[in-house]
Amino acid sequence: MKNEEKNSIPGFALTRREALKLGLWGMAGFFVSDFLSFSIFADALKPVFSGGKAKSVIQIWLAGGPSHLDTFDPKPGAGYNYCGPYNKPIETNVDGIQICQMLPLLAKQADKYSIIRGMTHGNNGHETAAYMMQTGRKTGGNLVYPGIGALVSYFKGYDGGYKGMLPPYITVTSPLGRFSEAGFIGSRYKSFSTGSDPNRPLFAVEGIISEKIKNDRLASRKALLGKIDTFGSLMASDPAVAELDNFQEQAYSVITGDVGKAFQFTEEKNELRDEYGRNKFGQSCLLARRLVERGVPFVTINDGGWDHHKQIFPELNKRLPVLDKGVATLLRELAERGLLDSTVVYVCGEFGRTPKILWEAPWNGGRGHYGKAFSVLIAGGGFKGGRLLGKTDERGETVTERPVYPWDLNTGILGLLGVSPDAKLPHPQGKDVFASALASGEIPEKERGGILNEIM
Amino acid sequence: MKSIYKISILFVAICILFGCRQFCVNFLGYPPEEQFTSFKINNKVDEIVIKEFRKRDIPPSPTCTDEVFIRRVYLDTGGILPSPQDVRNFLADKSPEKRKKLVDKLLSSMDFADYQALKWSDILRIKAEFPSNLWPQAAQVYHRWLRESIFRNKPYNKFVYELLTSNGSNFQVPPVNFYRAFQERKPDEIAENIALVFMGIRLDRAPWTEKQLSGMAAFFTKIGYKNTFEWKEEIVYFNPEAKADPKLNLPLKPVPLNGKPLDIPQDKDPRIVFADWLIAPANPWFAKCAVNRVWYWLLDRGIVNPSDDMRPDNPPWSPELLAFLEKELVSHNYDLKHIYRLILNSNTYQLSSMSNEWNVSDENGFSRYRIRRVDAETLIDIICQITAVPEKYTSGIPEPYTFLPSSIRAVKIPDGSISSSFLDMFGRSPRNTSFEAEKTLSPSLLQALHIFNSGHIQRKLDQGPVIKGIISDKKGDDYKIEALYLLILSRYPTAGERKIAEDYIKAPNTKPYDAMNDLAWALLNTKEFILKH
Repeated sequence: MKNEEKNSIPGFALTRREALKLGLWGMAGFFVSDFLSFSIFADALKPVFSGGKAKSVIQIWLAGGPSHLDTFDPKPGAGYNYCGPYNKPIETNVDGIQICQMLPLLAKQADKYSIIRGMTHGNNGHETAAYMMQTGRKTGGNLVYPGIGALVSYFKGYDGGYKGMLPPYITVTSPLGRFSEAGFIGSRYKSFSTGSDPNRPLFAVEGIISEKIKNDRLASRKALLGKIDTFGSLMASDPAVAELDNFQEQAYSVITGDVGKAFQFTEEKNELRDEYGRNKFGQSCLLARRLVERGVPFVTINDGGWDHHKQIFPELNKRLPVLDKGVATLLRELAERGLLDSTVVYVCGEFGRTPKILWEAPWNGGRGHYGKAFSVLIAGGGFKGGRLLGKTDERGETVTERPVYPWDLNTGILGLLGVSPDAKLPHPQGKDVFASALASGEIPEKERGGILNEIM
Repeated sequence: MKSIYKISILFVAICILFGCRQFCVNFLGYPPEEQFTSFKINNKVDEIVIKEFRKRDIPPSPTCTDEVFIRRVYLDTGGILPSPQDVRNFLADKSPEKRKKLVDKLLSSMDFADYQALKWSDILRIKAEFPSNLWPQAAQVYHRWLRESIFRNKPYNKFVYELLTSNGSNFQVPPVNFYRAFQERKPDEIAENIALVFMGIRLDRAPWTEKQLSGMAAFFTKIGYKNTFEWKEEIVYFNPEAKADPKLNLPLKPVPLNGKPLDIPQDKDPRIVFADWLIAPANPWFAKCAVNRVWYWLLDRGIVNPSDDMRPDNPPWSPELLAFLEKELVSHNYDLKHIYRLILNSNTYQLSSMSNEWNVSDENGFSRYRIRRVDAETLIDIICQITAVPEKYTSGIPEPYTFLPSSIRAVKIPDGSISSSFLDMFGRSPRNTSFEAEKTLSPSLLQALHIFNSGHIQRKLDQGPVIKGIISDKKGDDYKIEALYLLILSRYPTAGERKIAEDYIKAPNTKPYDAMNDLAWALLNTKEFILKH
């Protein structure tokens, strides 16, 4: 085979990326458990995957699919039919990087993040595209894979040494929907959704902070429960009863202990809260910072409403400043607090939007779904700032340089967390499945861009 | 002389044997004989089961009380609680046949059809979105067909035959959706699924070979799918011209698992040949798999366990019991309700969940009713039932949006894509695959937090007209306490419990209204409420 020949040439130096590709190529050819392939693979990835210094991930999910031309890949030269009113992109604090004029605060933080402009998967359906972006897998086959949050919850949560009382995977505020987060690894790794709204005077996190029941009332309720739980005390030795009792005791200490403080902003300055933006999204960003500060491995901010089929510009005029304030303040703060080095922050949706604007009725200036080319903003946790990865053509329609597929992106993020692509997943029927789609040879060579070494 | 000698030897032998038995009972902890003889034999199921208990030296727990029985059988058949009036009537009824009568009543109820339809919807993966991608309308008609089939007690063989052989529009002929609910609709994917769902076997691994899988997959190469002018309508039909993907390397002649390659004429739908083979009384898997599933649903563990993993190296707990139920299903014209009735009326089903000194560690048998958490859909339904505050189930994706009537129970949600964070948190099946294990009953911290302290549950306690009605009633505390117990735990409070509750309400500095609300909260958080027992 080709890779064997190459490997046999003495002194032939492989770049990391080449070695990675060869290793994977070898694996596709061999039976997956072939020891040799694994060792090639492991060696090639060592610098990345053993040096992972990221501890947490903040995923900012712009559900519906944000327009790449109107955010991180502006195309002022393409004319009015492509860029509409956003034809004057602004310079950032990094030479050669321009972003949409509606994002002036993020422009001042460009040294902290990279922009992947070569993102692609070619799928235009919300469900399947969301599945691909969240799981880093293709659809098809008999398996439904876990999303990256559930994967991190599996590797870095309670089974991976996490000791915190806060759930290891938290979604602010409502669940992602469209696909089942945890796939075959099971509901134990699903996220905890806070519900409510962190911008409200009382942010009532379901189950943890009650709007109505104060702690002293809960204490007397608990005492009453202890006395009347006749069946529970009679059957205390039954494993099912004991397990439930154990969780109830834990629940009580979570509610009455310090855990709830993560969700209360009383110690944050008003100016800071204003800077994040006094809205659900802005305060969700602030909450995400508070959660990773407390060691939560994965936080998703689920921001819906980016499916702008109609009249996109009036909508974006409202939304982009909100996004700008929230994300820019989050990055600034994480950096100042020394948390950015250990926290991956990335912003994306399931796809981009059609570069050509649909001026005709009923869209009246909208954009459709577009999975062929779009952008991801990524920062921290070992990702470099101030870089561009990949390129689209002059109208933002096709990726012309360095494509990045969902499996490349997810494998890279997992790698920085120290999760090797060939780490095994628990499969209920005992099948051999791995953390990354790249490890099982299911992705053909032409659909691999390579993990994100250029920006690590 | 000789005969006296013989008799005395016999006598000594008997003494030794008896002594040994006594010794075993007294010093080795073997269960005394009465522990077995006290087991009531209600029907043939019990006759077989008691033999198994004796073989294993594990005596069963006693029969459960009427209070426990009524709650258990309502939950297991209909996913619902008996009303306080149902409980009062049942406990007052002196008829020795009352449990039997109750079973008959419940099996003919719509609640039964709803709850069993939920179990089948999980296995058939009825879901508008990924990965089944049935689309909302089709999911709804499919579910309605399922529910009606169960309510009318369609013979199980006919039910499966319709699922496997129907042709037509996904909106007009609901069972055709069976073949639509696959990610890739490939013959091997379909064959594996059918083997799992209707035969309880896992074709993709030992002892089955690749060759056997492809032999069976070859039955499903002539399925055609085509669209119509109606949005998202799809016709499933027999397409004699269809060709399987050559990469799959399927044999031209389909091979039944226990048979030889078949010559099927070009104009004959191979699905029909397959279905005829599957539902034939001689098929060694079909009826067994069905009765084993019902046993699993009612007793939380299959006779073969997991209930969808039958293979030679995973033997049944009792081959005789499995064979008996299989025979009953076939000889009763595939009447599944007959199987439910046999099991529910058996003393085996009606055993107490409390262990005795010998069956404490009987994790794999049926010597006591297995304690488990009430499943997600049932739990939210019974909380809604006792508070009379319904949930709202809607689905914003995909368009057109789905809104279900607010009175609907969670067990009746037709489409697995309709989301609720409560249902997800409590382990409802994501309907990704057809494995029974997709649905989970394991408890978690988040679940405990939710019932303990969420606004969702507290609002129901505060606003629920039923609980509010009881609490603000002019009658005395004793009446209110009793009413809450009947409503939530389906039984009368004991004298001790009445006293504790009264003391709590009468304590200084407590507001009686809040105290009653606290009592309702506490009852909702008891293990007795959250667990089936």
